Amino acid sequence: MREPAFIRMLPDGRRLHLHDGPIDLIIEADGPPQAISSAYEAAARRFVSILDELCRELPLLRTRAEKHSTRPRGAIARHMFAAVEPYGEDCFITPMAAVAGSVAEEILESMVGAASLERTYVNNGGDIALHLADRHSYKVGMVERPDRPSLFGSLEITTADPVRGIATSGWRGRSFSLGIADAVTVLADSASSADAAATVIANAVNLPDHPGITRVPASEISPDSDLGDLLVTRSVEPLSQLEIDAALENGLRAATLLREKGLIHSAALCLQKRVRVLPPSHALPASLSTDRFLKCVVCTPDGSSGPSAPEIPAELEPIGRTNPHA
Amino acid sequence: MPDVFPPDTVRCDACPVLCYIKRGHAGACDRYANVEGQLVRVDPHILLDRAKSQGTPLVPFLEREGDWDGKIMKGQETFVTAIGAGTTYPDYKPAPFIVSSEVEGVDMVTVVTEGIFSYCGVKLKIDTDRHLGPERNLVRAQGEPVGHVTTAEYGSQMLSLGGVHHLTGGSKSEGRVTCETLLDLCNGKEVELTIDDGASVRVAAGKPPVVNGQREERMRVGCGSATIGMFAKQWFGKVDDVVVVDDHITGVLSEHQAGKLLGVRETGIAIQGRRSTPGRYFQVAEPGTGWGGTNISDPLTILKPFKPKFAWPHLRLLMVSTTGEQFAYYELDETLRPVEKELPEALRESVGRIRENCEPALTTVLFMGGAGGSLRAGVTENPVKLTDSVKRKLTRVTCGGAPAYIWPGGGITFMVDVTRMPENAFGYVPTPALVAPIEFTLKKGDYAVLGGHVDYVRPLADVLKEKERQRQLVSHAQNPWPLKPHAGGSES
Repeated sequence: MREPAFIRMLPDGRRLHLHDGPIDLIIEADGPPQAISSAYEAAARRFVSILDELCRELPLLRTRAEKHSTRPRGAIARHMFAAVEPYGEDCFITPMAAVAGSVAEEILESMVGAASLERTYVNNGGDIALHLADRHSYKVGMVERPDRPSLFGSLEITTADPVRGIATSGWRGRSFSLGIADAVTVLADSASSADAAATVIANAVNLPDHPGITRVPASEISPDSDLGDLLVTRSVEPLSQLEIDAALENGLRAATLLREKGLIHSAALCLQKRVRVLPPSHALPASLSTDRFLKCVVCTPDGSSGPSAPEIPAELEPIGRTNPHA
Repeated sequence: MPDVFPPDTVRCDACPVLCYIKRGHAGACDRYANVEGQLVRVDPHILLDRAKSQGTPLVPFLEREGDWDGKIMKGQETFVTAIGAGTTYPDYKPAPFIVSSEVEGVDMVTVVTEGIFSYCGVKLKIDTDRHLGPERNLVRAQGEPVGHVTTAEYGSQMLSLGGVHHLTGGSKSEGRVTCETLLDLCNGKEVELTIDDGASVRVAAGKPPVVNGQREERMRVGCGSATIGMFAKQWFGKVDDVVVVDDHITGVLSEHQAGKLLGVRETGIAIQGRRSTPGRYFQVAEPGTGWGGTNISDPLTILKPFKPKFAWPHLRLLMVSTTGEQFAYYELDETLRPVEKELPEALRESVGRIRENCEPALTTVLFMGGAGGSLRAGVTENPVKLTDSVKRKLTRVTCGGAPAYIWPGGGITFMVDVTRMPENAFGYVPTPALVAPIEFTLKKGDYAVLGGHVDYVRPLADVLKEKERQRQLVSHAQNPWPLKPHAGGSES
């Protein structure tokens, strides 16, 4: 029973909700009303075939990406591959590590191509593609744990910033992590790059062989996981400050390296309430702060929650899943 | 991909990802899970909580606040709606939820599914006497034909929107706009419609219509003639003649059958326009926004001079509109010219009563769809038996807990007042078609007899355990409780 893709406006009348299988997008565009409706229509039209496109190449997309790997053919699949390719030689990574960001990016492109918008975000379960025109900006808040929301930081992204993608990864999220970070939020040129990088950095926030960390082969939980028998984190006991710092330091080293390679602009790493921030590069005025005003909130993908993007207008609503029927 | 999985792994076919899901885990979407070896949908899902005090004014669908400990609510007081339930359509599979509960000692089963309706539309009743457009003319939204004008009813104009021919039979954009218009109307949003050679209206379910930019406030109590009939007795003896000004039929008490029967004395009053039958006049003026839907601001303009043969000095005359919003009281002077005077106390009440009897003008939206197709397969292995059971009122049909009226004849064609359903109960698929919730409730014994998927029946308590995925709403105070046994199959 292939369920049809679901398309609806959220009750606020402003945001578009697109849902198909595991893909769940919350979209908001700002601009003239006609432009918004054209953009939403374009998004919906592009959306309906995406899952089928991806699934046609699913076995390939679940295979490790390396130099000589077979390249996928679909438009989104190619973006996924390109996003993870820089990491392929150094670690195990499959194009699936960038699927959420790549889908968000594709939908954003379809919208921007269809209408002239002031600003737009496409939030795919915490992996967000942004469009900013003229002197517009977004304020973004970061949440460490979707089940117990509190902001561990916020930032403002303006047109002048190179950042157009935000992604968050962590072991509490819907996807598996090899690391122990509660949340790693990454700012990059694009959502697909941010998605892949967040996965890699979250994997690096780690304490190998620590007895307080329960790890299970991914295939034991999800038989068809792209991670196969790799050990994924299932629980982390409370750690000492020293251990937390050591794990975060591992992650920061990876993040620094990625920034040197030009793969990311900035990253915030969160583990058991401690936050470390990769200082922004000179090109990036966006800086983390504790501003409480939020326009759109990044949140880690939520493993325990329902079907939809845990996109949270914090301060306005209590955290929780976005009920597509609400 | 591994070839061999533990025996309790299920493969989900809800989407092309085709996840293998182990027992106790969920698929990639987190919406389908393997519960005890069964593939189970675990979506947020609307449950209705029976209004605690039926009949008291209650804000419909107050969302329950905060934590729900599962104790407040007795099992029989919760009804599982199809909103958010998903669908197994178009497969011959049991519906997503088949829930059993005991109500007043009777075992009831509710089959819960969202239906995808290509054959569907809305019937609009717009409370206005204004001419919206000729019958059969196209109704357009965003320039696309989405329906047509049907009839004028008493105090209301009827439009029929949607239907399969607009949804899938016309151009792509006609289908898209039709779907959008239906969806908005069903979800209570305002929609702007224009009628070929007619008016432009803005309508939303349960709200006053706006016709050519003007908001309708009240319906008239009846036409001018009917108003005479209704109030003749209250006027008799207190006034010598009454003219009820109405664009449709202006009524005159002394000439009207009702006045004659009471023995009201002839006044010889003469009215502009075309006399239909005694005391009933058409076209006393042009249509407009003045008295009784005419363009009149001074009612005396429709009167011809009083004649000494019939009229007499001090004759008392009331002129009033069909909504009671406009009224004037006159007495004739020695030269038989009407002179306006203050409305006597004795007549004030009757004018007030006309106003009181004018109901608020609203737009009513009835969703109409056909559930006669393969949706029935989610309920029973033998679909015609469901139709039969609905016809015999053994099975009650509700939409999001709201009662559905079932059309007589073949199939399960139903209508439901969208304002009695929870908010945003409708969705759509790009086919284009509307997604609407539908629930079938019947006695457990009857369910078995009609070939129901009895192996898939789950106790209500089981469904309630998934409370994290659910939203509790208070049921609409005016809706009969959908689980109440023996309440018949259809109710409007």
